[in-house]
Amino acid sequence: MRYVVPLLVVLLLIFHQDDWFFGFYKEPKLLFGFMPATLLYHAGISLAAGITWYLAITFCWPKGLDEVEPESTEKELQA
Amino acid sequence: MTQLIIIIIYLSLLLGLGLFASRLFRGTSKDYLLASHSIGPVLLLMSLFGTTMTAFALVGSTGEAYAEGVGVYGMLASSSGIIHSLCFFLIGVKLWSFGRRHGYTTQVQFFRDRLESDRIGLLLFPILVSLVIPYLLIGVIAAGTVISSVTEGAFANAFAAYDYGVPNWLGSLAVCGVVLIYVFFGGMRGTAWANTFQTLVFMVLGVITFFVISDKLGGLEEASTRVQEKHPSRLMRDILPEEEADYQTSLKKWETLAFYNYMVKEKGLKLDEQQIADAQAAFKPRMPNWKDRAAGAYAAKNKLVTFAPDSEEAQRARILQDDRVMPADGRFMDEAGEPLPLASFPRQSRDVWQAKAREIYGNRIGHPSEEGKWTHKKALGIYRAMNWSPEAPHPMGRLKFFTYLLVPLSVGMFPHLFQHWLTARKASTFKLAVVAHPIFIMIVWLPCVLVGVWATSAIVDGRQVIPPHFPPNAVLAMLVKQLSDPLLGGLLTAGILAAIMSSLDSQFLCIGTMFTTDIALHYNRDKEFTEKQKVMYARLFIVAIVAVTYGFSLFEPRRVFTLGVWCFSGFSSLFPLVVAAVYWRRLTKAGAYASILAAAGSWLTLFAMSDFGLNPNFTVAGMMPVVVMVAASLSALVLVSLTTKPPSEATLGKFFRN
Repeated sequence: MRYVVPLLVVLLLIFHQDDWFFGFYKEPKLLFGFMPATLLYHAGISLAAGITWYLAITFCWPKGLDEVEPESTEKELQA
Repeated sequence: MTQLIIIIIYLSLLLGLGLFASRLFRGTSKDYLLASHSIGPVLLLMSLFGTTMTAFALVGSTGEAYAEGVGVYGMLASSSGIIHSLCFFLIGVKLWSFGRRHGYTTQVQFFRDRLESDRIGLLLFPILVSLVIPYLLIGVIAAGTVISSVTEGAFANAFAAYDYGVPNWLGSLAVCGVVLIYVFFGGMRGTAWANTFQTLVFMVLGVITFFVISDKLGGLEEASTRVQEKHPSRLMRDILPEEEADYQTSLKKWETLAFYNYMVKEKGLKLDEQQIADAQAAFKPRMPNWKDRAAGAYAAKNKLVTFAPDSEEAQRARILQDDRVMPADGRFMDEAGEPLPLASFPRQSRDVWQAKAREIYGNRIGHPSEEGKWTHKKALGIYRAMNWSPEAPHPMGRLKFFTYLLVPLSVGMFPHLFQHWLTARKASTFKLAVVAHPIFIMIVWLPCVLVGVWATSAIVDGRQVIPPHFPPNAVLAMLVKQLSDPLLGGLLTAGILAAIMSSLDSQFLCIGTMFTTDIALHYNRDKEFTEKQKVMYARLFIVAIVAVTYGFSLFEPRRVFTLGVWCFSGFSSLFPLVVAAVYWRRLTKAGAYASILAAAGSWLTLFAMSDFGLNPNFTVAGMMPVVVMVAASLSALVLVSLTTKPPSEATLGKFFRN
């Protein structure tokens, strides 16, 4: 899954360009009587992004970061 | 008056929250600026989301959807859902770990250390501050506009020039004052709490606004179907041939009026009584200036206009009618001898055309509660609708849509987000923000975009709610004012202000922090400062930056969305620098300088070419200007880094351990 998640992010970016694959970006079509088709498609992209990022934090989260401890003092930083 | 009272109660609540948070203040600068790294997942999510969703999200998205259509969601909302979380995940967590390990409070501290260059701060600091100020202005201007719009008629006698409501300057001042007080006393903890509270307020009230407005417009289906009939291009990213044909017809009618007015003013044309009677008898519609339009149609039909539509005089007539400025170089035509588009000529200043509007409609302006009286805003709106050329429908080009993907990269370099990232208790605190951010964006943007496109065709009691040429910044406030009762209107206004203030606070605090840490303390490092003195410096700088921003907000405002895109593009152009600093060992000091200078140089050049932001549709070969900026910054960074001396092993060991 570690290698699938980056692929999913790339796919999201590709599918975000709806005009590369679908024609509804040039149709004033309403779905469910009120929702513009292109708007619903992009709402779907938002949901898909949420799912992809859930997979990312589950399978690709860097290890050991929660144990990071301060090393430099404030005075060292100012200098 | 009800709306005004609710706004005052809401602002008082915020003050109370900020003052309460200040009671938990531990007295150290670390606590004041970073809440002692104590922020948990929910507070971090809410404060990051509240900070990134500003006037740009509520007021700007509604206004831009009104002007450009539903494509705005794909351009900035769904793309941000992908890119923002990507930045939190790849940049935010990493910077948090560096900040935690080495004690950074600001970006400049990190870059000074990573690039082994003290002077990089002198270059980066003014650029970051200069880019945050327009971002702040977006919020301050929008707050004044919203409060002024919804409080029209609140006073019986005061503020007649502002339609008896709170003047824009006073609304902006009140919001600046409230944010200043709770940031001043509460610091980062007060800001995080206020952001969480305000994010909840604007999300809940935003959804309520959506349903109230849709109900008043006859329901979801009715509101959308009306747009499908009147402005179908707003429901897609292209233009239907029928809508283009309608526009051409409207343009021709408008030109007959422009040519007739020019003939009267410049050529002494005067119709006799019989001609006027014939003209009026033949003309059907009865809008406010129908008599002039009738005379115009008569003059065109009877060949009383003595110049051709493609002549220089016709161009002069169009420019005069559209209240634009005559070209100083006398150039009216392009190289092929065709008339230049009207957009090539800047609009006259507001003072000039508004004076003309008041001269025509002055006797109709009065208190909103008086029968038959118009507000100033309505009179100006009618003047624009009756005199200016019809708005041309334009598609959202493929290249423009694609290249917009680079704009949300700006979050990687927002100094206020850097500071918020550092408040996290631990790295895993970021997880909730990474996952929920795209969903939260959808919850806020989807209703706003729908409401914006409904506004193009909204009709209530047979009357158009938003007239043509209406300022996009004021669309949401006008809908709320017109389509809800005073109580709900006041609450909904509080929701809009919540979205605005939840960004302003972080930005004010961040700039104050940068001045204190990167300038005052850094250049006086031989002196000992007590914690109390450090907090005092931060507070003084916060007061100063609020005052400066408020001062700037009193000048002529640009379109909120346009101003935002320029500001975000500037931050995006610095994105290659932060990515390289975190992930590329070969980044050098000289490479970083070259990258920053290339970003700043390209930004300034393109901003000047766009008439300093006045042209909202400015592109470079059909692409967003951000592409040029990122390309310039990235290529300078890579080329110069590869040809200069790499950083020392000590520095690489500090930042690249594995």
